[in-house]
Amino acid sequence: MLFTVLNIISTWAIPFLLLVIPLYGYLKKVPVYESFVEGAEEGFTTAVKIIPFLVGMMVAISVFRASGAMDYLSRALTPLTTLLDAPSEVLPLAIMRPLSGSGVLGMATELMRTFGPDSFIGRLASVMQGTTDTTFFVLTVYFGAVGIKKYRYAIVTGLTADITGFIASIYICNLLFR
Amino acid sequence: MLNLIWLLLLASGIVVAALNGNIEVVTEAALGAAKGAVEVCFDLVGVMALWLGIMKIAEKGGLVTALARWLRPIMIRLFPSVPPQHPAMGAIILNLSANMLGLGNAATPFGMKAMQELQTLNQDSEEASTAMCTFLALNTSCITLIPATIIGVRLSFGSENPTEIVGPCIFATSIAMLIAVSLDYWFRTYSRWRRFP
Repeated sequence: MLFTVLNIISTWAIPFLLLVIPLYGYLKKVPVYESFVEGAEEGFTTAVKIIPFLVGMMVAISVFRASGAMDYLSRALTPLTTLLDAPSEVLPLAIMRPLSGSGVLGMATELMRTFGPDSFIGRLASVMQGTTDTTFFVLTVYFGAVGIKKYRYAIVTGLTADITGFIASIYICNLLFR
Repeated sequence: MLNLIWLLLLASGIVVAALNGNIEVVTEAALGAAKGAVEVCFDLVGVMALWLGIMKIAEKGGLVTALARWLRPIMIRLFPSVPPQHPAMGAIILNLSANMLGLGNAATPFGMKAMQELQTLNQDSEEASTAMCTFLALNTSCITLIPATIIGVRLSFGSENPTEIVGPCIFATSIAMLIAVSLDYWFRTYSRWRRFP
């Protein structure tokens, strides 16, 4: 029931915003089309500005992953998953999660194909995927858009949130799906 | 911090590839990713233009400030360094709302707009402001009410109940968000990274 409501909201959200905002603006005597173009112009420059930041980050992540270094890291961390009472198959997913959105989706899909979406691993992988964000991508893109090069403690906060999200995912899945 | 992480990712990848005797993988991955990064940016151009255009209308009509006024009690506690009337507040709210609804393609433009507004308060420094760090803590740990992509994947593999993961996701993100906001508060108040305005 709740899900149906949420689903309807997410399907209607974009058409709704595209109708209501310009209509409201027009009633408020805003030159809607001219304002749209003015705002859209900023979109282009912002997207172009993040290119150098994104190239730097994506190259490093891609080399780390393709070389097999990530597999070694996940093998080295295997004792941790035993400690948390989780299958070690989900560990590469956990390591990849903050780094690359498309990479992690591929891994989650692969796990579900191999073990089935309703297996414990399939469910845990789904929850992990839905829980945290691609922290590095977000930081790179957002800070890149304004030319910030020193992130202060933002990385530590973001990664701690990711780790917390994983532990919480494992906990809740062990509780509900075991 | 970032310098070290970046170097470690790159260097450990190259060393591992060399030890495994497949160093050519590095070249391929690096060049491919460089090309891919530009493609990601160009995919963003159209969506960015669309949402920032719509947002400009909302801004001029006074919708964004109205939204910010409505959520003011929460916002001034989370972002004490941002004036309550500042356009950054509206952009932050729009970004977080889009994130919660799972509208990733609308969230990014609003988020960048928020960062630009926050940067005007940061005197164009190259160092992240306190408000930016709080915003990103919220953004990266934000609840998604509909994890649409993963539900789609589950559905395509014939799951009997593809949406059963929504509840657990909300539980786990809520905890992550709580930790992120608390940690951010600790950093900006007590750590050696804090700033005196």
